Amino acid sequence: MGILEVNNVNKSFGGLKALQNVNLDIEEGKIHAIIGPNGAGKSTLLNCFVGKLVPDTGTVMFNGQSLLGIKPHEINQVGVSRVFQTPEIFSELSVFENVMIPCFAKRDGAFTLNALNRVHSEQDIRERAEEMLVDVNLIDKRDMIASSMSRGDKRRLEMAMCLSQQPKLLLLDEPTAGMARADTESTIELLKTIQERLKITMAIIEHDMGVVFSLAQKISVLAQGTVIVEDLPENIKGHPKVKEAYLGEAQV
Amino acid sequence: MKSLAKSDKRTLLFVIFIAIAAPFLLNPFPEGSAMAQFNAGYPDLMQRFAYFGVLAIGFNILFGLTGYLSFGHAAFLGVGSYSAVWMFKLLGMNIIPGLILSVIVAGIFSLLIGYISLRRSGIYFSILTLAFAQMSFAMAYSVLTPLTNGETGLQVYADDPQVFMNENSIAVPHLFGLKMQDTFTLDIGPWAFQFNIGYYICALFLIAAFYMSLRIFRSPFGLMLRAIKTNQTRLNYTGINTRPYTLAAFVISGMYAGLAGGLMASMDPLAGAERMQWTASGEIVLMTILGGAGTLIGPVLGAGFIKYFENIFSKINETVLHGWFAFLPDGLENAIVWVLHFFVGKGWHLTLGLLFMAIVIFLPGGLMEGAQRIGNWWKNRRAKGKTSSAKTTPAE
Repeated sequence: MGILEVNNVNKSFGGLKALQNVNLDIEEGKIHAIIGPNGAGKSTLLNCFVGKLVPDTGTVMFNGQSLLGIKPHEINQVGVSRVFQTPEIFSELSVFENVMIPCFAKRDGAFTLNALNRVHSEQDIRERAEEMLVDVNLIDKRDMIASSMSRGDKRRLEMAMCLSQQPKLLLLDEPTAGMARADTESTIELLKTIQERLKITMAIIEHDMGVVFSLAQKISVLAQGTVIVEDLPENIKGHPKVKEAYLGEAQV
Repeated sequence: MKSLAKSDKRTLLFVIFIAIAAPFLLNPFPEGSAMAQFNAGYPDLMQRFAYFGVLAIGFNILFGLTGYLSFGHAAFLGVGSYSAVWMFKLLGMNIIPGLILSVIVAGIFSLLIGYISLRRSGIYFSILTLAFAQMSFAMAYSVLTPLTNGETGLQVYADDPQVFMNENSIAVPHLFGLKMQDTFTLDIGPWAFQFNIGYYICALFLIAAFYMSLRIFRSPFGLMLRAIKTNQTRLNYTGINTRPYTLAAFVISGMYAGLAGGLMASMDPLAGAERMQWTASGEIVLMTILGGAGTLIGPVLGAGFIKYFENIFSKINETVLHGWFAFLPDGLENAIVWVLHFFVGKGWHLTLGLLFMAIVIFLPGGLMEGAQRIGNWWKNRRAKGKTSSAKTTPAE
């Protein structure tokens, strides 16, 4: 029994079949990587988990509850957070405010008319946001406006925003894309420690095989909209089907 | 007061001081002097400053925080005015029932319009609000004539029920006996300072409105509204339902507009449909942008700025100009007056338009950005002065 079960999901855009009979089972407490060549349908699949897209057929069950037809904010409230391929942050707000908002969302739910309290006197929220910024090493930049940060910092900030909610399932869409080597390594370390400490289940889409093999406990390979292999990392490396998917049939 | 940060307390005290001292501050020139026509310290105009300030503060909660540009806020202003005048007609001339009803009715009205308009964002939202406001305006002129008295405008007549009134009651708007029109004039030398009850009532509401907006700006609710402006997608994926937040902001700002409309009617118990026209809505947008959208004091400054121009510059006519330039040779005098007369009197819109363009181009943050830049420049200059003197001291 996985925390997220995907059964026979199909999605097409016009004539293009983006996902065909995708089955996926993400186990609780594990880091599950989804890899595949460009256009394999990885991001489409992720979009089906968070309510951005609705599959044509099939089911997506999270903790026994269907996620289909539910609005993005409701999906987040049941415990699914997502880190985007291009960082989605509140770029006009300060770094600290960026992290406080998800903390408020976690504590107060989807809507509270909390117009008379002061953000300054919300001690529990502030402490939590501060801890999170220490974890991702951004505490020195807490008063910076988010848009003025480097790309790597923005990614780390977005991760902090998602992690501060302590989600049950964290979806990461290429968390290290465009990062310098050192940043990539610190991100890997961060994800590892968070995973060990909080036992957050993670589904991660990644192109960088170094990142995939140092993080993933299970890997699904997606090609042309279908899962061709699902196995442990050590079995994926030399798998003939994976080679075929990445290098094309001519090379086999 | 305890719940405010130090800098916010200072801002609030500043606003309170300006509001109380306005009759002095706006009357810097002695009576009868050539500059006296630039004085703005007379009751009518000061009242206008105050209730348009309330209006702009409310609009800023919607536009400044969430970035949703409503082009129909004048509708709420008009609805507020009509409600207040109806209370005068039915109950009596005390302004309290009128103000309460105007806020409630504007709240309900904005809930209705907001619920529909907020299904869209950006330009579509603006167009929807504009459409609703124009619809209200047209209806006030036509089918709703029994409620609005059409072109004549709604006003109080002698045969109105006014159930709380008898023959000894005060026949002008009042607050428990304090007549809005009562003015006390203080003569100090050639200066005449006017203290008007109506103005101080409006100023009281302005201060209360400002305090409320300050609280909202600093609250978690305000933080969410600002987050909506920067990234709604992220907010949705963070577990926040943005619709009720935008709707709440819309209703709050609609209620502010209703209060402003009620105050407007309380100062002069007459409500006309032209108050709801799109030009009036546009004026609110101008006030907020001119002063600085998203800043606390900016919208109040913007409201004051526009109302000052409307009332002062429009009064300067060719005769006045000839008076100013009488010392010049005739030909030159006529030439200068001919050029300037486009910018004053009926042409005051031209001056305002040019100023608006200049501010939007050079100070996108409005008057508040200008004030900030001057402040920074001053600080830098002082800091430089200090360091240079520090450098020279050891040499001596």
